[in-house]
Amino acid sequence: MYAQLVETGAQRVRGTDELEGQERVFQERIDAGVKIEPKDWMPEGYRKTLVRQISQHAHSEIVGQLPEGNWITRAPTLKRKAILLAKVQDEAGHGLYLYSAAETLGVSRDALIAQLHAGKAKYSSIFNYPTLTWADIGAIGWLVDGSAIINQIPLCRCSYGPYARAMVRVCKEESFHQRQGYDLLLALCNGTPEQKAMAQDALNRWWWPALMMFGPSDADSVNSAQSTQWGIKLFSNDALRQKMVDQTVPQAEYLGLTIPDPDLKWNEERGHYDFGAIDWDEFFNVIKGNGPCNRERLATRVQAYEDGEWFREGLNAHADKQAARGAAAA
Amino acid sequence: MSQTDAAQKLAYALRFGDTALVLSHRLSEWCGKGPALEEDMALANTALDLLGQARHWLTYAGELEAQGRDEDALAYHRNDREFFNLLLVEQPNGNYADSMVRQFYFDAWHALALRRLLASNDAQMAAIAEKALKEVSYHLRRSSDLVVRLGDGSERSHAMMQAAADALWAYTGEMFMGDAVDADAAAQGYGFDPASLRAPWLDYVREVFDEATLTLPNPDAWMHQGGKQGRHGEALSYLLGEMQVLQRSYPGAQW
Repeated sequence: MYAQLVETGAQRVRGTDELEGQERVFQERIDAGVKIEPKDWMPEGYRKTLVRQISQHAHSEIVGQLPEGNWITRAPTLKRKAILLAKVQDEAGHGLYLYSAAETLGVSRDALIAQLHAGKAKYSSIFNYPTLTWADIGAIGWLVDGSAIINQIPLCRCSYGPYARAMVRVCKEESFHQRQGYDLLLALCNGTPEQKAMAQDALNRWWWPALMMFGPSDADSVNSAQSTQWGIKLFSNDALRQKMVDQTVPQAEYLGLTIPDPDLKWNEERGHYDFGAIDWDEFFNVIKGNGPCNRERLATRVQAYEDGEWFREGLNAHADKQAARGAAAA
Repeated sequence: MSQTDAAQKLAYALRFGDTALVLSHRLSEWCGKGPALEEDMALANTALDLLGQARHWLTYAGELEAQGRDEDALAYHRNDREFFNLLLVEQPNGNYADSMVRQFYFDAWHALALRRLLASNDAQMAAIAEKALKEVSYHLRRSSDLVVRLGDGSERSHAMMQAAADALWAYTGEMFMGDAVDADAAAQGYGFDPASLRAPWLDYVREVFDEATLTLPNPDAWMHQGGKQGRHGEALSYLLGEMQVLQRSYPGAQW
């Protein structure tokens, strides 16, 4: 969901008994729940898929700083400001762990960032929506980080060791992020009618994009089947989305907010909430670059990188001088 | 404590609190836009430290004032003419060289100032200084290191750092200019004479600039002042307009 529509290169998933040699040994290890580590043999498709998935996740953390950073300077109390600053700093940290995890697969952070800036790598669709009010900061924590946790907790058990270990740490922090979002909204919902309206407006705007984060149904997707066999996808998009809806509805009720879906109702037989149809046209448009903020999010990142070129070049020049001085002294 | 004494001490605490708050705000404007991911993290971290210090100072200022104002009332419901931060920290971010030189000039002063406050006879001020100094010692190590690496880096990074060092120089003098509030602080023993920090500050900055191959601007050049007395540049009221927008738009709301 921070990684959406990840391509695996597979045309058809082959069962373990159809595999031979190293590939069979690899699959048997995964089937036995043994972690794959960087120096282990792995199929090229597995490596490439993981690089795509982990880097999309990393890019999402980095781009995700922007919509939240948009409100740090306007946070309404110093305490809320400190919490938000700490949260956004965590997101940058998540980006660092994840780029490091991707580097264990033989690709540099610079190369991954270049792909992002060239528009070749994706990041989560959700960060292409604007944060228009303070309540949006609450909605992001509650719904977006809440969805991230649902997706990422299973990834703590995924087959690739460095990714699984990064996720353990990320999940601990995301759980704090979700609570801060909910707590922020609780304060608004217990506040003035204007504040409560602000919270409802944020839910109205973020609900559907949050459900889209899990990606379209992948019941028939070869990519998802392949990722499942490789142990880097543990539940279907629909199953994760259902979990998010089931978990969130009572939380919205506690806030006294209305989820903007007239078709939402408890289905006794299924033991789950039924919900309305998602507008996948909107999702695919945002993925294609037509979301409200795609252009400015990417432009901001590119600008930051270009503005920082002299800085990185200066540090490298200094390191070279130091090395030369060291060599001269030796 | 007479009323005048209390007012002087309040102004003294506000100077430290406002300075930390305004610089924290400036640093947080960089969020997600730094030149490297590690810088984004370091900027947020420094902003968070300074915000924490501002909260301690403003809470204490509210206690000294004894009018029932807390940290938020003081941060969000004063105008720029009632803010007493140093002019240096309100300067717009400019490019990353500008922001790093601003940080270095300030950190070098801040560490000296807090070290002096450890000896304050006001237990609360000494306690805030003790906690802050741990953080600020690290800020200074980091900003000094960056000044050296970028000054003695490429031709371009050297030129940018020198330009920033020259442009911000005129805002450094205020850190060492005393007035009646400073005189009271020094006389009562809760603060210090700011002029006494000038020589050690210049020595330190000169030492770092030498290593960075940067030229120290003329110490006797003309210097701006007024921030500590509430006379700021045009940029501060915009900064406060942004910071205070929700508190001002929804009076009395709890967040």
